[in-house]
Amino acid sequence: MTAFAMLLLGSAPAPLAAQESSFSQVERGRYAVATGNCQGCHTIPGEVPFSGGRGLETPFGTIYAPNITFDEDTGLGLWSKDEFYRAMHEGIARDGSRLYPAFPYPHFTKMPRDEVDAVYDYLASLPRVRKEKPENDLPVPLNWRFALRFWNWMFFEPGEFQPDPTRSAEWNRGAYLVEGPAHCAGCHTEKNLAGADKEAQHLKGGNLENWAAPSIRGGTHGGLEKWSEDEIVEYLRGGRNAHTAAFSTMAEVIELSTQHFTEADLKAIAVYLKDLESDEREEPEEADASVLAAGEAIYLDNCNACHVSDGSGVPRFFAPLAGSGKVNDPDPTTVVRVILQGARSVPTKVHPSPLSMPAYDWKLTDEQIAAVATYVRASWGNRGSPVTADEVGELREALKE
Amino acid sequence: MARKLPHVDVVLVGFGWTAAILAQELTDEGLTVLAIERGAWRDTPTDFPPTVAPDELRWYWRKEMFQNNARDTITFRNNRSQTALPMRRWGSFLPGEGVGGASVHWNGQTWRFLPSDFIAASHNRERYGELPEGMTVQDFGVTYAELEPHFDRFEKLCGIGGKAGNLNGQIQDGGNPFEGPRSSEYPNPPMHMTFAQHQFAKATAELGLKPFPGPSANMSRPYTNPLGCQLGPCSYCGFCEKYGCGNYSKASVQTTILPVLIQKPNFTLKTHNEVLHVNLDKSRTRATGVRHVDVQGNEYDQPADLVILCAYQTNNTRLMMLSGIGEIYNPATGQGLVGKNYCYQIMSSADVFFEDKYTNEFAGAGALGMVVDEYNGDNFDHSGLGFIGGGYIANWTTNARPIESQPVPEGTPSWGSAWKKAMAENFLKATSVGAHGASMAYANNYLDLDPTYKDAYGRPLMRMTYDFTPNDVAMSAFLTERMKEIAERMGGREIKLNLRDGPYDSMPYQTTHNTGGTIMGTNPSNSVVNRYLQSWDVPNLFVMGAGVFPQNAGYNPTGTVAALTYWAAAAIRSQYLRSPGPLVQA
Repeated sequence: MTAFAMLLLGSAPAPLAAQESSFSQVERGRYAVATGNCQGCHTIPGEVPFSGGRGLETPFGTIYAPNITFDEDTGLGLWSKDEFYRAMHEGIARDGSRLYPAFPYPHFTKMPRDEVDAVYDYLASLPRVRKEKPENDLPVPLNWRFALRFWNWMFFEPGEFQPDPTRSAEWNRGAYLVEGPAHCAGCHTEKNLAGADKEAQHLKGGNLENWAAPSIRGGTHGGLEKWSEDEIVEYLRGGRNAHTAAFSTMAEVIELSTQHFTEADLKAIAVYLKDLESDEREEPEEADASVLAAGEAIYLDNCNACHVSDGSGVPRFFAPLAGSGKVNDPDPTTVVRVILQGARSVPTKVHPSPLSMPAYDWKLTDEQIAAVATYVRASWGNRGSPVTADEVGELREALKE
Repeated sequence: MARKLPHVDVVLVGFGWTAAILAQELTDEGLTVLAIERGAWRDTPTDFPPTVAPDELRWYWRKEMFQNNARDTITFRNNRSQTALPMRRWGSFLPGEGVGGASVHWNGQTWRFLPSDFIAASHNRERYGELPEGMTVQDFGVTYAELEPHFDRFEKLCGIGGKAGNLNGQIQDGGNPFEGPRSSEYPNPPMHMTFAQHQFAKATAELGLKPFPGPSANMSRPYTNPLGCQLGPCSYCGFCEKYGCGNYSKASVQTTILPVLIQKPNFTLKTHNEVLHVNLDKSRTRATGVRHVDVQGNEYDQPADLVILCAYQTNNTRLMMLSGIGEIYNPATGQGLVGKNYCYQIMSSADVFFEDKYTNEFAGAGALGMVVDEYNGDNFDHSGLGFIGGGYIANWTTNARPIESQPVPEGTPSWGSAWKKAMAENFLKATSVGAHGASMAYANNYLDLDPTYKDAYGRPLMRMTYDFTPNDVAMSAFLTERMKEIAERMGGREIKLNLRDGPYDSMPYQTTHNTGGTIMGTNPSNSVVNRYLQSWDVPNLFVMGAGVFPQNAGYNPTGTVAALTYWAAAAIRSQYLRSPGPLVQA
């Protein structure tokens, strides 16, 4: 950007341009922002939307999302459309520094220019909030942003989404949303040591912020193999379906993002996910019979009232455990964490009741939680490996921080 | 000095069933609504999840579920010759406090009063002649037919399980043939009955009676109500009355309305603030808002166009008195109306002990039961009986909570090894049949302000002057005989009668069905509020709750309280807002 353009921008800031945007352009931007769930990271829950400051815990440290309202000092007020597109497309900030890929530009790069411009116009139309973001909490050398050059060289390929001409328009729309703005891989793909997606593990499940995100591949051996397209749509729309209920991070994604999608877009996502096959799973290690017996007794005393003695739950009310992707996940983090802390189903437009499970951390010991988790993971056709008391203890400690 | 707060359209005093219904209705109308609740915020996962809901010691015996009577209570006496003393520990009834009010800790028995209950005075006069001396029973001023659509709405909101006995005038097998015509079947089927209900149904059928399942707000199956709120299926744990439901299985403010209401930008709920009185303008015919106080003692004036009292019956009555609205009833002169026609109910029961059959009453629910209604209201001929009204007779299996439930046969010592032995032998093999008797208003039963005792803010306590009436006693004796005939036929080894013959004792738990004090009626000379629950004296003030019942019927009151609330809300929406002023010309 030239000095002249900078000057121009300084004297004629973006809001003027925003006022010129047509209603339909702003609405298009609003929808694109919902597809990208920008609000999720860029808002501290309860504060002004998009005013930033929320921390994302990564294995490397905490990265804080900036204010993306158009305040001139602390937000995007001085940014041009070109600069905004460069950030979304290449991960480069207005001052030329590199953005951390916690900002999912490896996905947003797939968004076409006019879509990104609409996002810009929408954000420019919002009330401006003055709010500085906290400094990132990253160790040397990760706080040297030029190190990201190397990361990008290794793991990042800029480029807008290219449709596959051999596939339907619906499949391509789904692929665009999943791999582009919705950035599902952010949680649902395992990361390598540098924090980049492991390509071979694409959408086969990941772990972040002490949650295990299950496989969302819908073809043979995938985590959503037993879900129909309609059930995927129902889940993303209302936060519940016959198999499960959303809570935690996915609850927020549904609340702020997917429940606002058009029916056609949800269907497109379902079509795409159902097309992704996966690898056959190894048989889990067998659980000890005495542990299973103890787990069953604990289950009948504590879990049975809602989840029912055969694990069938009350579909759309209290999550079934039989066949649950979370319960069957090779990584038991989520099932153990839910027993420790409880869980709250997301209230949505379709299902406003935030039906919740209480915490058991004060009631059950590590050993008891391990036993009941092992029991539900090995019962009613489930195939999750046993959980040890040490694993429970470690998670209990980690959650205290 | 009270701080003046920004104006709202509507202020609701208290936040239980009636306030939640009104808030939902009036926010739908676009009004800004503020509810002020003196208790705490409460929700299922935080306050009564399944991990702590069945704590009998905490919730019932230590009274954590109920109004804090260290700050505000009721003084009680049986008659005017006595000096009333404060109830320092709740006994006979259990007023709620906190978000959701008593909807959190009710049993869920959800009835419609009979058509004749709404016209008790004119109906009984016509059939049996003049009412006895001292009885002050009167008509509601609203009819069953007018309330029918509002009963229907509440039953659908709550997902009531039951079996209709009268669908649009057609009597239905298996339901209550005496009920008023209903426009649709219950939204859910009846609950699963246990051994005891099967014995009761058999015994009553043999006697020529028509047993039917009690209408239940404990879910017989998963239910999504018209607002989209979800209620889980009941697990029959038996912790309903006196407890919050941890499984979302009992209709309450929290399970049926709050998830939708709390998201509305035009609704605000303020907790831990107590309304001290209604503010009036100089003419004393218009409410300007309410004065309330926070827990630090700071006082506020909340201006509003419409003030609606939604607290418990005794508290609404007392707020009217403390606000100087209307004249306080004086039984010596018969003058005044606020506090008049306080009524209760009269309960008796028969325990049935089986020799070799297990009733396993620990598996139950608040409204799990079979009922007969032949002896309720005016469903039978009262000629020569010496009383009017009646009650239903039911076999409910609500619980066998271990501290509270001690079914032992007649003659068992009340402690020691013989008592323990009897408990061990009978705990799993007993059931109980109960008669739920009506209460007719008398001139000597009333509420007023206590001359001596004051609450935490220095305001006089409510004084209750009450005893069972000649009508109550005669009716209870009659019902108890009918109940005994049924109990004796249920196949048990022996029965034990638990009579209620007076004087009324405020300590043993009987029922939280207190009524009257702000009664409704046909004109300002016989009532505090008109047929739309609007104050005759202050037309921008409405009063909800069972305080408006001129007398109490032989049913649990919640269904009728809620129907009257929907009825009042409809009148406010369709008439009052267009033309604020009296909805009935005096």
